[in-house]
Amino acid sequence: MTPSGHRDAPRVVITGLGASTPLGGDAASTWEGLVNGRSGVRALTQEWAQELPSRIAATAAVDPSEVLDRVEARKLDRSQQLALIAAREAWADAGAPDMDRERLGVVVSTGIGGAVSLLNQWDIMREKGFRRVSPHTVPMLMPNGPAAVVELELGAQAGAHSPVSACASGSEALSYALDMIRYGRADVVVAGGTEACIHPLPMAAFAAMMAVSRRNDEPERASRPYDKGRDGFVFGEGAAVLVLESAEHAAARGARVYAELAGAGLSSDAHHIAQPEPEGKGAARAMRLALADAGLTPEDIVHVNAHATSTPQGDIAESLAIHAALGEWGGHVAVSATKSMTGHLLGAAGAVESMATVLALHHRLAPPTINLEDPDDAVSLDVVSGEARALPAGRIAALNNSFGFGGHNVALAFVAADA
Amino acid sequence: MAATEQEILDGLAEIVNEVAGVPASDVTLEKSFTDDLDVDSLSMVEVVVAAEERFGVKIPDDDVAKLATVGDAVSYIQRAGVSA
Repeated sequence: MTPSGHRDAPRVVITGLGASTPLGGDAASTWEGLVNGRSGVRALTQEWAQELPSRIAATAAVDPSEVLDRVEARKLDRSQQLALIAAREAWADAGAPDMDRERLGVVVSTGIGGAVSLLNQWDIMREKGFRRVSPHTVPMLMPNGPAAVVELELGAQAGAHSPVSACASGSEALSYALDMIRYGRADVVVAGGTEACIHPLPMAAFAAMMAVSRRNDEPERASRPYDKGRDGFVFGEGAAVLVLESAEHAAARGARVYAELAGAGLSSDAHHIAQPEPEGKGAARAMRLALADAGLTPEDIVHVNAHATSTPQGDIAESLAIHAALGEWGGHVAVSATKSMTGHLLGAAGAVESMATVLALHHRLAPPTINLEDPDDAVSLDVVSGEARALPAGRIAALNNSFGFGGHNVALAFVAADA
Repeated sequence: MAATEQEILDGLAEIVNEVAGVPASDVTLEKSFTDDLDVDSLSMVEVVVAAEERFGVKIPDDDVAKLATVGDAVSYIQRAGVSA
């Protein structure tokens, strides 16, 4: 392993984790669900869902209303509620550092933002008139809202940001946070992604794109990356937040370190607004750039948390990209497609899967990919199927891939903390 | 028939409790919405709209700024109710 490509910049480590996902209301229960191959996908029983082509979703395991104070919750979009819950957990998990708040940043992204709040207020306006539109509508719908809510919660003053790149947003948030610490803008950045748009309109819109699974009679088997029977992704909601910290700052306060975020690679396909570039060239470039940024070689990588959404084309393009980026080593990495369990959390996916990657390195255990019963011949990866798989000892590294509509590609390279 | 002062106060107390989570018993005539009851400028709009609906009155936006205390609001609603 060669030294980092940024020899003079601070190294960045992860010292706190928080989540609220379809598998559990916190990071620990989410991880427990992942390693045990539990599906978070359920049938939607609401009346509005019954006419939709896709009537299944990975809903949050713990409703935010069970966690937050009523008055606090009523001014927040559901995506903001989930982000706040995850951020509080991550901050506490990091030991709630006693620090100069002008050195604390926030980067929390969402793919869709407060669209459900907007739609709900539209219903109210049509029914009762414009005067009944809530004065909280704008703060609830703005896509920077979740970052702002976390900024206010923690008193963070180094900047609060929300890079938006559809389903790559959560990973792009971590990349932005890495930059903030490397450029010296902050010592600690609370970063992640959130999404909550299980509502008839977004679901109808994704169905119109032929992007979602219609396996309505078997919800738990609907998200099946790399399987021949896959027919699209499954809508999910939730949030994950990670505390990123300069290694020096973490060491000075004796913080527990889960892993290092050693590098990020970003690219864009310039190919199609919603289709993946079929050979995964842009995705491969993002992975190569992440390795170079981290000072890693393909042989350092033991695990990839794949974007693998369970769409027919996307899973194949990413498989080709992994081989293109890692060369001969591409068939030797343990690939996990955790969306088989969580569903696709859109703007939160990159954050949830980064947390999964960090915990995989920390526990040296790659989560399984469930529902892989009849592997697609076009995918030649060493997929961790059925049961979790132990990862080797020593200084190991892993990649997390995230791609978004618009052709956004983000790859993040994590290195296990020194044993 | 217009509501009495006590009825208006009780109604406002319920609204403030719903919007800001302040116990209804803390909502008394001398309290300032912003300083004492955790009702910021956005939440004040919610209080006003809910009060309009509950008491069948109109409170124009220009008048909202004049309602500093709960007592101000009770008097305003009483007068508006009489003239309505």
